[in-house]
Amino acid sequence: MLVIRVESPGLFTTVQDLGRPGFGPVGVSASGAADSVALRLGNRLVDNPEGAAALEMTLLGGALEFPEGARAAITGSDFGATLEGSAVPLWAAFDIRAGGTLLLGPTRSGARCYLCVHGAIAIEPFLGSASTHVLSGLGGFNGRPLRKGDVLPIGPATVITSRERSIPAELLARLTPRTILRVTDGPQSGWFSETSRNILYNSMYRVTEEANRMGLRLEGPAVPANSSSEMITEGVALGAIQMPASGQPIILFVEQQTTGGYPKIANVIAADMSSVGQLRPRDEVRFERVDFNTAMRLLVEQEELIRAAH
Amino acid sequence: MADLGPIRFQPASDQSLLVSFGDEITPAANDGVRRLLLLLESDRVPAVVNLHPAYCSLLVRFDGLRIEHEELETILRSYVARMEEVPMPEPCKVEIPVCYGGEFGPDLDELAAMHGMASDDAVALHASATYTACFLGFVPGFAYLGGLPDSLATPRLRTPRRSVPVGSVGIAGNQTGVYPYSTAGGWRLIGRTPVAMFRPAEGHMSLIAIGDQVRFRPITVREFAKLSDTCS
Repeated sequence: MLVIRVESPGLFTTVQDLGRPGFGPVGVSASGAADSVALRLGNRLVDNPEGAAALEMTLLGGALEFPEGARAAITGSDFGATLEGSAVPLWAAFDIRAGGTLLLGPTRSGARCYLCVHGAIAIEPFLGSASTHVLSGLGGFNGRPLRKGDVLPIGPATVITSRERSIPAELLARLTPRTILRVTDGPQSGWFSETSRNILYNSMYRVTEEANRMGLRLEGPAVPANSSSEMITEGVALGAIQMPASGQPIILFVEQQTTGGYPKIANVIAADMSSVGQLRPRDEVRFERVDFNTAMRLLVEQEELIRAAH
Repeated sequence: MADLGPIRFQPASDQSLLVSFGDEITPAANDGVRRLLLLLESDRVPAVVNLHPAYCSLLVRFDGLRIEHEELETILRSYVARMEEVPMPEPCKVEIPVCYGGEFGPDLDELAAMHGMASDDAVALHASATYTACFLGFVPGFAYLGGLPDSLATPRLRTPRRSVPVGSVGIAGNQTGVYPYSTAGGWRLIGRTPVAMFRPAEGHMSLIAIGDQVRFRPITVREFAKLSDTCS
């Protein structure tokens, strides 16, 4: 069996797939890749089902040895990957010979990259998914980020349809992570005055150090709520923009709490969630309000681009 | 089933619809949430990918490539029309052993003092009531328990703790509950249980299931240690 031996894990490397939706009634959020577009395209490059389990690296990559080799692809942000001293192209499939060690460094662009291997990371799914749920310590590889010395099995090889494979540049350009996040109204948009909403839509917000798979705290001009209504805890959607009393927005992300008691002024559209997954601390974002029809159209367009990428 | 009044459908995001059974936490509204949840779990709508229940609302998340708000609302309205037929399961009775006060319940004395009672009386009162699990949310296995005696209702801490120990039993407003994981939290901590709340290998995946009737049983530090050994 092929394996990956972790020589150094990097800052925060976990096994992720497309997550485990369906367990909201017991308080379990779906989890899954922070940049699902990068995961899906990476898997496609190595002839895996697009939701296959892969490694998600955060800000700083590690060193991974492949004692028996593997066919791999790296997608998402540029972590300066090298193999045997040569740069490895992003968004393209490549072969690692037996004994090869892949080195990844600090990111040169966004927050996360994905290492997909042909055959996928072969670990026992938990509630139908290989995704690591960090808070509960469940799923993924022993429910935790990788450590030095971990050995991850790679699943059996299937059919490789082509040796040369990459994602066309013009397609990638259209899937580039955005720093202007498009949002729709949230369930409590009406609790905020037009003046307050204008602050949100006309200001720059900076991602703080408190940014992880559960959520991203932003800082910038405060957005006051003008309603004295008492918020009753309710279910929260992926990408919800919560506004606590401080008026500093929090974007709920893939490993989010399933319910919350803060008013939600807006919600990042589904098509821009992968962009959220590439935001690093100190990055600056803006918000642009769109209507639901536009959000749906953008999701369909993005899906067509992803499907065209082969 | 009591009259619920108007049920509101509201998009919460481009891929979710919030179904509200009123703007107040009432048994009737929570009953509506549980009925609709049960119906959607037993008779699935294919494009619905997740359900997030709460006190008086249910967030329905869907695949935006397969369905849109209006169409889903029409389907959900037909579910709401069938809600009264839903046979509600007999609630289970769950007893949770709790070691109150001391290092396990750092806020107990202050909370009791706020209500002008002795700490022992606050414990006795908390352990005398039967609570209803209104829903599970926040993190895996966190049951929001309603039915706290009025004289124990206490606002959250002004500044939430950055880390609440696993198993902590807390009070926030008129609700009580147990933290299944160590998370940040603003509930006032009055005790701790050694038993695991989230149990993914078991039928309901959680010690407390939605609708369950829950009681707390005071235990000593010694019993806590003994139970910790058998539970780990």
